[in-house]
Amino acid sequence: MDGVKINLKVNGQDISREVDSRLLLSDFIRESLYLTGTHIGCEHGVCGACTIHVNGDPVRSCLMLAVQADGCEVKTVESLIQENGKLNYLQQAFSDNHALQCGFCTPGFLMTVSGFLEENSKPSEDEIKKCISGNLCRCTGYSNIIKAVKQAAQTVSN
Amino acid sequence: MTKYVGQSVKRREDYRLVTGTGQFVGDIRMANMVEAVFVRSTHAHATIKGIDISEAQALEGVHVILTGMDIDGIIKPLVQFESHCALPPNLEEAINPTIHYCYEDVLAKNKVMYVGQPIAVVVADNRYVAEDAADLIKVEYETLTVVVDPFKSLEKDAPLIQEHLQNNVQSDFHVTTGNAVQSLKDADQILKARIQTPRVSSNPLETRGVVSTYENRTDQFHIYSSTQLPFEIRTYIARSLDLVEQQIRVTAPDVGGGFGPKGGVHPEEILIPYLSKLLKRPVKWIEDRLEHMTSARHSRDQIHDVEVAFNQDGTILGIKDHFIIDSGAVNYFGLTCAYNSAYHLRGAYKIPNYDVTCQIVLTNKTPNVPFRGAGRPEVVFVMDRIIDMVARRLKKDPVEVMRKNMIQAEDMPYDQGILVKDGAKLIYDSGDYPAALDQGLKMIDYEGFREQQKELKKQGKLVGVGISTYVEGTGAGPFESAYVTIDGSGQVVAYLGSSPQGQGHETVFSQICADELMLSPNDITIRVGDTTNLAFGAGTYASRSAVNAGSAIQIASAKLRGKVLAVAAAMLEVESSDLQMENGKVFVKTNPEKCVTYKEIAKAARPGNRCRVPGGMEPGLQVTHYFVPPTVTFSSSVHIAMVEVDKETGLVELKGYSVVHDAGKVINPMIVDGQVQGGIAQGIGAALFEEVVYDEKGQLLTGSYMDYLLPTSMEIPTVEKSHQEFLSTRNPLGIKGVGEGGAISPPAAIANAVVDALDPLEITINQLPISPSKLRNWIKEAERKKFKIEIG
Repeated sequence: MDGVKINLKVNGQDISREVDSRLLLSDFIRESLYLTGTHIGCEHGVCGACTIHVNGDPVRSCLMLAVQADGCEVKTVESLIQENGKLNYLQQAFSDNHALQCGFCTPGFLMTVSGFLEENSKPSEDEIKKCISGNLCRCTGYSNIIKAVKQAAQTVSN
Repeated sequence: MTKYVGQSVKRREDYRLVTGTGQFVGDIRMANMVEAVFVRSTHAHATIKGIDISEAQALEGVHVILTGMDIDGIIKPLVQFESHCALPPNLEEAINPTIHYCYEDVLAKNKVMYVGQPIAVVVADNRYVAEDAADLIKVEYETLTVVVDPFKSLEKDAPLIQEHLQNNVQSDFHVTTGNAVQSLKDADQILKARIQTPRVSSNPLETRGVVSTYENRTDQFHIYSSTQLPFEIRTYIARSLDLVEQQIRVTAPDVGGGFGPKGGVHPEEILIPYLSKLLKRPVKWIEDRLEHMTSARHSRDQIHDVEVAFNQDGTILGIKDHFIIDSGAVNYFGLTCAYNSAYHLRGAYKIPNYDVTCQIVLTNKTPNVPFRGAGRPEVVFVMDRIIDMVARRLKKDPVEVMRKNMIQAEDMPYDQGILVKDGAKLIYDSGDYPAALDQGLKMIDYEGFREQQKELKKQGKLVGVGISTYVEGTGAGPFESAYVTIDGSGQVVAYLGSSPQGQGHETVFSQICADELMLSPNDITIRVGDTTNLAFGAGTYASRSAVNAGSAIQIASAKLRGKVLAVAAAMLEVESSDLQMENGKVFVKTNPEKCVTYKEIAKAARPGNRCRVPGGMEPGLQVTHYFVPPTVTFSSSVHIAMVEVDKETGLVELKGYSVVHDAGKVINPMIVDGQVQGGIAQGIGAALFEEVVYDEKGQLLTGSYMDYLLPTSMEIPTVEKSHQEFLSTRNPLGIKGVGEGGAISPPAAIANAVVDALDPLEITINQLPISPSKLRNWIKEAERKKFKIEIG
C-alpha cells in the first residue's frame, strides 16, 4: 500500500504519520490515534456522530480522508474536558439536562454545538434546532439536547 | 425509606459518555486483533451454485475465508429462540396455535432467502483489506421466484421460503372471547377496514458489532457484543458450537441503543467467536450502516382486516380481526409480537365480543423481530383508527366514542376475558383511563381548541387534533436477577442480569439500593452487562428492567440489610432491633457513638474462626435474589397530537404533542420523561417518515439515511408531559414499565389529527407513514369523490 506522510495537529498535539491514501480521517483518529470518542454511525455523512473540528469548523470525519487533513488543526471530543478533569460548560449542560441516553451520538452533538456557540452565544430555539438538525439522535427525541444547548449558551454569554 | 427513589438523580453514566471515554464494542482494541467482513446475498431468493474464493484468498493480509460448506456440521443453524417462543400449556389450549420449525444457516449453504443474508466471512489484517477480499469473492446464483407480498406468499403455487414446510404460514392462532360473530349481527352498524403498519427499522445510532477472544489455557471465549441479551447469547453460542455455558463469557459494554432488534442472537455472534478460536487471535466485526439496513432485523409489518360492530350511540359491541404479520424469511420470536398484538388491541376499552385470528407469513425479506412496542403500535393504530372512523360515521366527536367505551376506574382490576402470553389472566392491575383522558383534554384546552379550529379553518389553516390511548403489559417475566454484596473494602457492589442500552441502569438501580442500605447512590457500584457474576439473567426488552431488575435489587438489598444488621448486632452485642443504619455505619439508636462501619462489618463477616455471622447464616455479605413477577403490570397513556396540514404539498406539521402517562411508581422522573420523549420521537418517525421499502425483486430501496428518513430536531416537538401514579399491585415498589410506551401511540394520534384537520373532506388514513406524496394522493382522491357526489 502507498504510504503518504501527513503532519497535523490533533487536540493541540503535533502528529506525524504515514498513512494509506484511502484511510478515512475517522478511522485514522480512532485506529491510529486511539481517540475513540469520535463515533462512526453511518459512514455516509448523514448522522453526524463522527463530527470533529478541522481548522475550527465542524466537519464529518467519515467524509474526509486522513491525507486531506495534512497541515490541519483537528479537534475531537477528547479536547473538551477541562485540565482538572472537570466537564466543560457544554458537557456539564448535557449531563445536567439528561441530553443523552446511550451516548453514542453525543460526541458529534458536542462538537457541532461547541463550534456553533463560539459564533452565536445567544441563539434562539429555532437557531439551536437548525444547528443540531444535521446530527441524528435515536434515543432522546432532541428536546433535552435543545435545553442543554440553551443552558450552555447561557453560561457562555455570562 | 425512599430518599432517592422518586428523585431526578443525575446519571452516573454521563461522565464517560460526554468525555468520549465510554467503551462501545467498536472501541475495543486488543493485541493481535484482526477484522472480519461479511459477504452478503445480493439476491432475495436464489440457489447458490458456487462460491469462488481463490482470488480473495490470495490477497495479502487475508487470514481466513469461510463459506457455509466450511462450517457444515460444525456450527448449527440459528433457530427460533426457545426462551421467547415457549408457550404455557393453558395458553396453547386457549389459542390452539400452529408453530412450525424454521431456521437460518449462519452462513447460507444451499440457498439465500433475503438480500443481506450472510454467505461468507473474510478475516484480514484490517477492515480495508477484508473489504477488498470480500469484493473478490464470486458467488454464482441461480435465481428463484421472489415473494415480497405476504398475500402472494399465501397463494397455493407460491415458492416456499423455508423449503421443509408445506406452505409459507409459519404460525397461526385464534383468540376469542364473547361472540363477535353474533355481535356483528346484533349491531346497528358495521364497519370494515384494512389497517396496516409498514415494516420499519429500529436504527440505533450504534450499529451491531462483536469482538471475541479465545483463551487456550482455560478453553474459554470472551465475547463482547452490542447486545440487549448477553445471557441469551451465552446460551445460543453454547448450543450452536457444542460448548458448555461455563466456556463462554459475554460482555455487553456501552451499547449505543437497541430498541429490540439488538435482542435475540445473530449469525455474526456465533461466527466471530468460532473464528477467534480458529485463528487463535481476537477477531472484531463492526456492522456498517448499509449492512444494518439490509441485515439487522426489521419490525412491525402487519396487515389487519377488521369488522367492527357498533350501535348508534357509539357503543362498540364487538371486533373481529384477521391479521397477517410479514415475518420475512425466518420467525425467530414465535408469537411475541403477534400475541402482544392480539391481547393489546382493545386497550383501554370494554369490548366484550372479540375474535382475532393471526397468520405469521414468510416472505423473502429480512427477518422481522420485536421493536419498541413489539406488536402494540400496530394494534393501537388499528383500535384508535376504529374509534375515529366510528365517531365520524356517527357524526360524533371521537372523545364521545372514547368515553362511551372506556373502562372505568371502579372496574379495576379489570378482566379482559383472555390470557396474557405468560398464561395469566389478562387483568389490568390499576389505573384510571377516563381521568387520564380528562387530564389530557384539559392540558390542551380541547373545547377551546375546537372553537379556535373553526375559525382557523375558515381562514384556510387546516389544523386538527387526534387522540390515542393505550394500555400496555409491561415488565414481562420470567425473572430478573440481582446479586448485592459488600466487599472487603466496605463497598456495596450490585450485579444485575439486565443490561442497558442507554436507559440509565447504573443510576436508577443505585437509587433503589441506596434507599435500602441507607447510602447515597454514588456509594454504590452497579455492574451490568456481564454473564460472569450471575448464574442467570434475562435482559432488557419488553419495558421490563425497572419492574423486574428494580424489584430484584430492592429485595436483595433489603435481605442484605437484614444480614448487615445481624452481624452488627453480634459485634455490638445488642439486638438488631436496637440498631439503625446511616452513611455506611450501623449504630445503637440510644447510643449513636457505639457503631461499626460497613467495612468493619464486612471484615467480621469473613469466613474463619472469628466470623461474627450468626449461626444459620452463610459467612460473607452477599445476597442473590431472583424476582419472578406474577404476570405483567399495566402502564397506560393518553397521547394528543395537534397538527397543521398543508393541503397543497401534503406536508404535516406537528404543532404540539401532549401526554398523560401512568408508569406506576417512578424511580427517576428525569429518566422516565426522557424515555417518554424519546419513544414519542420514534413514534413520530413511524407516523410520518419511516418505512423499509423493497421492490418486487426483494431488493431493498431504503439502504441509507437518504432513503430511510429518521426524524431530526426540526420535526420533533417538546412533548408536554403529565403523570398519573397508580401503583402496580404486582411488585413491592409498585413499578410499571415505561421504555416502550412513548413509541406506541404517535401513529394513531397523528393519523387521527390529520383526518381531523382535513375534515369535512373525508380522508381515511389506514396506512403509514403519512408522507407528503401519499397524503397528497389521498386528498386528491377524496376531492374527486366529493366532486362526484356534488355533481350527482
